[in-house]
Amino acid sequence: MAAMSMIQALNSALDVMLERDPDVLMFGEDIGYFGGVFRVTEGLQKKYGLKRCFDTPISEGGIIATAIGMGAYGLRPVAEIQFADYILPAFDQLVSEAARLRYRSNGEFWAPITVRAPYGGGIFGGQTHSQSPEALFAHVTGLCTVIPSNPYDAKGLLIAAVESNDPVIFLEPKRIYNGPFDGHHDRQVKTWVNHPAAEVPEGHYTVPLGKAATLREGREVTVLAYGTMVHVAEAAIEETGIDAELIDLRSIVPLDIGAIVASMKKTGRGVILHEASRFAGFGAELSALIQERCFYHLKAPVARVAGWDTPYPHAFEWNYFPGPARVAAALKRVMEEN
Amino acid sequence: MAEHLTLHIPKPPTRPGDAPDFSHLQIPPAGALPRPDSATPARELRDLSDGLIRVLDGEGYAVGAWTPTIEPQRLRDGLRAMLLTRLFEERMFRSHRQGKTSFFMKSTGEEAIGAAQSMVLSPRDMCFPTYRVLSWLMARGYPLNDLVNQIFSNERDPLRGRQLPILYSARAYGFYSLSGNLGSRFGHAVGWAMASAYKGDDSLALAYIGEGSTAEGDFHEALTFASVYHAPVILCVTNNQWAISSFAGIAGAQEATFAAKAAGYGLPGLRVDGNDFLAVWAATEWAVARARANLGATLIEFFTYRAAGHSTSDDPGRYRPADEAAHWPLGDPIVRLKQHLIAIGEWDEARNIQFEAELSEMVRSAAKEGEAVGTLGKSKPPVSEMFEGVFERPDWRVIEQRKELGV
Repeated sequence: MAAMSMIQALNSALDVMLERDPDVLMFGEDIGYFGGVFRVTEGLQKKYGLKRCFDTPISEGGIIATAIGMGAYGLRPVAEIQFADYILPAFDQLVSEAARLRYRSNGEFWAPITVRAPYGGGIFGGQTHSQSPEALFAHVTGLCTVIPSNPYDAKGLLIAAVESNDPVIFLEPKRIYNGPFDGHHDRQVKTWVNHPAAEVPEGHYTVPLGKAATLREGREVTVLAYGTMVHVAEAAIEETGIDAELIDLRSIVPLDIGAIVASMKKTGRGVILHEASRFAGFGAELSALIQERCFYHLKAPVARVAGWDTPYPHAFEWNYFPGPARVAAALKRVMEEN
Repeated sequence: MAEHLTLHIPKPPTRPGDAPDFSHLQIPPAGALPRPDSATPARELRDLSDGLIRVLDGEGYAVGAWTPTIEPQRLRDGLRAMLLTRLFEERMFRSHRQGKTSFFMKSTGEEAIGAAQSMVLSPRDMCFPTYRVLSWLMARGYPLNDLVNQIFSNERDPLRGRQLPILYSARAYGFYSLSGNLGSRFGHAVGWAMASAYKGDDSLALAYIGEGSTAEGDFHEALTFASVYHAPVILCVTNNQWAISSFAGIAGAQEATFAAKAAGYGLPGLRVDGNDFLAVWAATEWAVARARANLGATLIEFFTYRAAGHSTSDDPGRYRPADEAAHWPLGDPIVRLKQHLIAIGEWDEARNIQFEAELSEMVRSAAKEGEAVGTLGKSKPPVSEMFEGVFERPDWRVIEQRKELGV
């Protein structure tokens, strides 16, 4: 075990997989010699050689098309998209090709690719370095979409993603790369040091895709979150003193529907959190699933706390970001309903 | 300086009602171009992008430096694959008209390309096709029954009713899964080729794209990656002059040849008579030798003509002269290969008539067998299979939804 930041944990996952499996290789913009703009691939080219970890042209469509071809051949490519905001030129490759190759060829070809991309706000990145596109991918059948919230999960989920024979979109919450962030942007920045989930085994292990984590058991309300919002939820729960059950979904496809339903039936109240804008966000799907499966257990309407339905605004970052005050208000509102 | 700016919108020289006119095309005589060694640096090969590599002359003789050495039996095999493609497609086109399937596309006039390339490439190589290279499969003996069953989406459909007719997948025949999205597999071929090089294997990739789809980003992305990483891939543009109703000028053909686009990527670009089986063969051999020598990718433009409509949903008489195909200056690839075989004393009309009768009977028999299994809607795989193969292991959604549908 070692204390690791999320960046170190992700780097360790890639290191483990490069070491274990000669068919694993990775490429993306600036990830080779330089080690990536967020340093996730630092040292890997030096350790494993040029062809295992290399730079690509600025061509997201080309990166993913290349990865799919390599995957069909039998490799396990890990492609990095420098920011999730830049993934859209590759959308056709992900939607029309990676997601459907197995189905349309009746299993003759498939795309065991992992697409890593830092996502989310809180870094003053403006509208082109802050977005959360997970709902776009969740809607596409045939893709898995995974979002870790801490170093331990990040490593175990990334190894599981690389070992999966299905295409995985692996969204890394960049605001918590270096430390947990509870949305209190005016307080001192924390690191992962001394956080229990920063104790990460140095070798190989997996956190299975599709298995949520109940981070806090509670009786009064269920909070569903992933990525950075897990930490915002923890702060809001603590500050309100409400006996909430906090579920970190960890992957939204596959979705741990069993954990969600069991908790909702227990508490009868639900608050769904994400940074992405609210309308048709992944919270809409969660909300629909809950009312379909738990309607007669509900004591209050399910609430969503999310980004506003505007582009991500630079100067108004903290007005836009669904911080602990908004989450706390939603918790209280849901508790007041009868 | 112009008095004011004007916007240029390209238009073809002729439209319905006009006499077909191909006088704007510059068709050099067969054998005119030199054949540089396949290791020649790309910058010394520019003439091959603007000229036209041709081998068969007007009398059916092979002339010039690009003349390949092909055993007569291999030539007859090629003729067979092309003729079988044409007969099969004519039969299935009629089946569509009879309501036996939903959709069909023919490759009439383009059969030489897939047939010759399929024969030049090895079983270890992978073709990333468009929907107009059935002759690749025909040259490798893909079972006609499986084609028919796929086209009818019946219970023996190898793709289990999931794909539009003719969007085949045939891994064992070196034929990658097709999609109706244009150009989106061009980059997969580059990835495949890079993977082969990464592993130290000797598999090459070969991909097709239509001239219309060269305007897609996929084309330029693939060329960039192929160039940067010296991928052992042969990237082919099938320039059949028409993208549904849009003439090649809408894709930029009036400004540069498609082969010339290779220059900006530092790749060789060969422009080849796509209706000349021997020229297709020779150019492909050249590119294969270059790729196997670890010298990277080649772009080949096959200059050809889409003699049929785009698909069963298309009527080309609405946008081009009705008899334009008959005036295509590079002729019919099947007629030209047959003429060559006769010219070299390896074939005659009597054998050809018998040959055509045998192939017609094969096609008829396969169609009948497929009809006996069932045409579209009369037979289909179990509906439960609709829910299989989305992921490696089904997730709860498809399990629940399958139950919801009651299958």
